[in-house]
Amino acid sequence: MTMMDTDEGKTVMCLLTDPEGTHLGSAMYIPQKAGPLQLTQLVNRFLDNEEMLPYSFYVSDEELLVPVGTYLEKNKVSVEKVLTIVYQQQAVFRIRPVNRCSQTIAGHAEAVLCVSFSPDGKQLASGSGDTTVRLWDLYTETPLFTCKGHKNWVLTVAWSPDGKHLVSGSKSGEICCWNPKKGELEGSPLTGHKKWITGISWEPVHLSSPCRRFVTSSKDGDARIWDITLKKSIICLSGHTLAVTCVKWGGDGIIYTGSQDCTIKMWETTQGKLIRELKGHGHWINSLALSTEYVLRTGAFDHTGRQYPPNEEKQKALERYNKTKGDSPERLVSGSDDFTMFLWEPSVSKQPKKRLTGHQQLVNHVYFSPDGKWIASASFDKSVRLWNGITGQFVTVFRGHVGPVYQVSWSADSRLLLSGSKDSTLKIWEIRTKKLKQDLPGHADEVFAVDWSPDGEKVVSGGKDRVLKLWKG
Amino acid sequence: MPQGDYIDLHRKRNGYRLDHFERKRKKEARESLGIKGKMIAKKNYAEKALMKKTLKMHEESSSRRKADENVQEGAVPAYLLDREDTTRAKVCLFFLFNNTIKQKRKEKAGKWEVPLPKVRPVAEDEMFRVIRSGKRKTKQWKRMVTKATFVGPAFTRKPPKYERFIRPSGLRFTKAHVTHPELKCTFCLEIIGIKKNPNGPMYTSLGVMTRGTIIEVNVSELGLVTPAGKVVWGKYAQVTNNPENDGCINAVLLV
Repeated sequence: MTMMDTDEGKTVMCLLTDPEGTHLGSAMYIPQKAGPLQLTQLVNRFLDNEEMLPYSFYVSDEELLVPVGTYLEKNKVSVEKVLTIVYQQQAVFRIRPVNRCSQTIAGHAEAVLCVSFSPDGKQLASGSGDTTVRLWDLYTETPLFTCKGHKNWVLTVAWSPDGKHLVSGSKSGEICCWNPKKGELEGSPLTGHKKWITGISWEPVHLSSPCRRFVTSSKDGDARIWDITLKKSIICLSGHTLAVTCVKWGGDGIIYTGSQDCTIKMWETTQGKLIRELKGHGHWINSLALSTEYVLRTGAFDHTGRQYPPNEEKQKALERYNKTKGDSPERLVSGSDDFTMFLWEPSVSKQPKKRLTGHQQLVNHVYFSPDGKWIASASFDKSVRLWNGITGQFVTVFRGHVGPVYQVSWSADSRLLLSGSKDSTLKIWEIRTKKLKQDLPGHADEVFAVDWSPDGEKVVSGGKDRVLKLWKG
Repeated sequence: MPQGDYIDLHRKRNGYRLDHFERKRKKEARESLGIKGKMIAKKNYAEKALMKKTLKMHEESSSRRKADENVQEGAVPAYLLDREDTTRAKVCLFFLFNNTIKQKRKEKAGKWEVPLPKVRPVAEDEMFRVIRSGKRKTKQWKRMVTKATFVGPAFTRKPPKYERFIRPSGLRFTKAHVTHPELKCTFCLEIIGIKKNPNGPMYTSLGVMTRGTIIEVNVSELGLVTPAGKVVWGKYAQVTNNPENDGCINAVLLV
């Protein structure tokens, strides 16, 4: 008790800064008893926030979970120096972690290869090796439509950011557009690619509303921009010498393509010209991720689930995009077969910002968190690694899987990370504690695709055992 | 003169037999008769069909048809398409677990459905060799094991003066080559322990591995997971060869 009394008077000089480095006010004396809660109140006051927004605090890259005094004692930091505390806003809403399988839906006749929630989180589409795309009803957790039209395995599905169109690409190189409300094929399959489709990415809503254009990448080395209303390929982006493994349409209107020829090319979208080439990797590039990817995918929809009329959509999407992007330029991370990843700032420089090493096997999937603060990478070395999304600094490694980890997915509030692996389990990892939150076994065979719905309610996973599993909190 | 030339020389001097050409003709005709003839005809037909196919393949066709791609089995997502992961085939069937209560009870009772239910019994004089000890080499109470054995990692010998059973280190094995019966692929896995030797409980306790012994192997490198989500790290296997003759232990996994 006497300890508490002597501590009451003790204060420490602190300087609150935001992640980009701007100071909040000047250095001030803060009592050592102050913990994260008190600091949150302080920051809210200084920023004149109308509602209490949650913040997390970091001192020299370590999260501050205990009162400042305890931290000082533990780390033997001198009281005389000014302590820099970085504050970061966390998402206002909190997603409940899923922990049970609410439904196992059979329906596909072959392995499920890709799953995707619509941007508003109300619809679910899955593509499989039995050449069909199936739409599922989330309220009753039963099949809704079976869309036939492809001739070979359906490798990717992608929803348009306004949720009105669904496109899928197959192993025979054709792309089918579906009407998600009726489950019908719109027009005939789009041909143009000569080999299988490896990825599809839509143009962001804030650049063009309603959504018309999307880009697809294929093994034949080209990426093509298509227009869904004209039903044909507008521009063909050729230049890669080997298969293009992934393609992303950035928020600034640049298309990024990663390929097996170890390069990433940036294209401008009006004429399809090559802007820049990012070299550095030593082997195939398996996956690309943009810091604003989540926001681009969900468009104008956010966790509140409000629908907007078409003219407002563009504005709202632009707002959300600017908020997530902040003042810094868009960042790109690429994961490769050479066991490393590169963090790029493509609009700034051709040289990578940082090389992220640490994995002991090829990196299969990289994904930025929805707020752009973290990068998660899934690798065949059975681990998932977490990196700082702004500096690229390594944070922690999540071990627990016993087989190669295939895909990762973030919850909408960036607090939880989901990973699906060859060992048939899914695991949920908590970012705050950096530990395993929940283990989701139940699949009978490898898990190929996972997705977390944008409203955070459900998780879907599909794999080799041909069933789709829906998990709920 | 070479022996074949004598025939030619005779022919030159004396000409052919009177019925030579008739006999020759008839003999050749007989070749297409009977079972031999049928075999020859079949071979000729197969060759003709093959020749026709190759000719057609190389022929220029006037109609341009897009080759129908058949939908293959074993669908994999795009990120696995260019990869030939050999281990995929190996592990795919491992998930068919059958941990029913009946099976668990059977395991407890020690009754197994094994690939080799009956093995030739090994006699004691085959299993052990008598070691004479003592100053006059008259004492014959020591025995040396002549078959492959497994001793655990924490094994320490008894004081040499008092050990009755000698397990030579040259016959001690730690790893076994375990084959999965359905996938037909073999892994080199560490042995955890000996479960049962069919020749008797004494051999089980000594750790002797002969043909038909049930051993427990460490399968953690295969990354198997039970439906409940727990990681499987030990499974039983049965030895299928005579390790003392081969110098290695081959076993088949019991699934």
